[in-house]
Amino acid sequence: MAMTITEKILARAAGRKAVRPGDLVDAAIDVVMCHDVTTPPAISMLMEKGIDRVFDPEKIVVTPDHFQPAKDVKSAELHKRLDDWARRHRIRHYYKLGRAGVCHALLPEQGHIRPGEVIVGGDSHTCTYGALAAFSTGIGSTDLAAAIATGKLWFKVPASMKFVLNGSLGPGVYSKDVILAVIARIGTDGALYQAMEFTGPALGEMSAEARMTITNMAIEAGGKNGIIAFDEVTRQYLDEHLPMSLRGSKATEAISTPGSSEIAAPAGGGRAMTGQYTVFESDGDAEYTAVEQFDCSKLEPMVALPHLPSGGVPIGQCAGGKMDQAYIGSCTNGRIEDLRIAAKILKGKEVAIRTLIVPATPVIWKQAQEEGLFDIFYDAGCVISAPTCGACLGGFMGVLAEGEKCISTTNRNFVGRMGHPKSEVYLASPATAAASAVEGKLTDPRKSL
Amino acid sequence: MAKAHVYNRDHINTDEIIPARYLNTDDEQELAGHCLEDLDKDFVKKVADGDIIVAGEDFGCGSSREHAVWAIRGAKVQTVIAKTFARIFYRNAINCGFYLIESPEATEHINDGDEIEINYETGVVENKTAGARIEFKPLPDFAIEIIKDGGLLEHIKKAM
Repeated sequence: MAMTITEKILARAAGRKAVRPGDLVDAAIDVVMCHDVTTPPAISMLMEKGIDRVFDPEKIVVTPDHFQPAKDVKSAELHKRLDDWARRHRIRHYYKLGRAGVCHALLPEQGHIRPGEVIVGGDSHTCTYGALAAFSTGIGSTDLAAAIATGKLWFKVPASMKFVLNGSLGPGVYSKDVILAVIARIGTDGALYQAMEFTGPALGEMSAEARMTITNMAIEAGGKNGIIAFDEVTRQYLDEHLPMSLRGSKATEAISTPGSSEIAAPAGGGRAMTGQYTVFESDGDAEYTAVEQFDCSKLEPMVALPHLPSGGVPIGQCAGGKMDQAYIGSCTNGRIEDLRIAAKILKGKEVAIRTLIVPATPVIWKQAQEEGLFDIFYDAGCVISAPTCGACLGGFMGVLAEGEKCISTTNRNFVGRMGHPKSEVYLASPATAAASAVEGKLTDPRKSL
Repeated sequence: MAKAHVYNRDHINTDEIIPARYLNTDDEQELAGHCLEDLDKDFVKKVADGDIIVAGEDFGCGSSREHAVWAIRGAKVQTVIAKTFARIFYRNAINCGFYLIESPEATEHINDGDEIEINYETGVVENKTAGARIEFKPLPDFAIEIIKDGGLLEHIKKAM
């Protein structure tokens, strides 16, 4: 029976030969991602129900990111609950402040994502990991609790939609523009309950990181997961990054400090100590509910106008709109190549509005610093933040006042998303955000190339 | 009698249901105090025990925060009737043992303030004020089982 890559991965995880869209399956989970907002309530539920256990301390990856460093007393309490639990259960891959980063940038970077696996996380943008040919989806706290305790979850096998990305992206146009164009076409519920499978020659020209920007926003079209098949680009990324998790993270060393020797990392063995993974691909005659073609060579830089991610229009239709702030970061566009793109435009210029640069992980932060990007950002008048989700969700570090407008490389522009309910968020690529920061208004980045 | 609070709009998202600035707590009563704050800041003053929220398509889109379900449940809302629900919100509600009603007619036959009676077994929403009747397809059996057990964790505990 012909199956899509999503169906094959779920069949494997459910121990079945085949599954069809609509089937209910119990899938074994390979990795559970935990952060500081949705995990503490999951921990409380498990304790309350008397099932305070973890199915496998090697397969749970923990990083505080939304409100870290703690923004106030209440979020510090969330971090404390997370910390107590991670130590108590000897979670091996626990990234504490100093090694913690925005989860969806951190997990692939640290080698926790492998093709063919089922990954769940207590965060809607967990769909990001599908860029590495894995099935990956966001869940709430109760599901998270169940996954932590049992290593299993029920899933309804999603039908798949195929998005064929043809042609080559022109200068100044990036993967963010592609996904904004996709969502503008199909709407915020255009892929509701479905898998979004991306394919086509334009993907072949994108790095694994650029692809993550695309799968990251699958949820903004209502998708259950976004997925991209394995290729040479994936292989190279994995060759570079899988060894990070095999070594054991520095964070593990940090929690084994004197006085807490009882929480030393468990001895190796099992999945975490091997670099193996399984590659699945869609059959040629697999079924799709729809096939959408995109000509990437005709694509222009896109801006999603408030208040929905589907509000994307070509920059030509909105250029000149005045902004108050630019935000370059997040799980969508806070990776090193995003910072390089922004730096290229900001070099030798000065920003006209408040501009925040938020490297998504400590590794990215260090890399940007070593490459001299921080000098460029400083000289341009930007502020550089610690890795955090921060203002992307209106948490802290750059929230907006009433009536303010922000050009942002993030993924959501809902009402009140980055601050006051009467503030506005405009979603765009790092290039468009940087060019707009310089001009103080929505600006076509192709002018600055 | 349950009163309907109608928001005749699509894509009411999790940031409107419970803004992220309140996610530094998971206390249900505290969250309930901010329920729908960025959509209708008077909602919490108007809502009474057992009332119903009525909305258009894609209700609950956005974040995976179960805090959105907790805020609504904490505000003592009985159920949400919407044309469609976003996936994670829908799943979270089932996992919490909170019944949702999906009906394409949701906003057609219910006006703000109408008095509503729901029969969950037969799948009928009766609008006492307008004299209208909406039939809905009850949740699938596996979801009802989870809800009857009092949520996913109680459900899986049974199998442990």
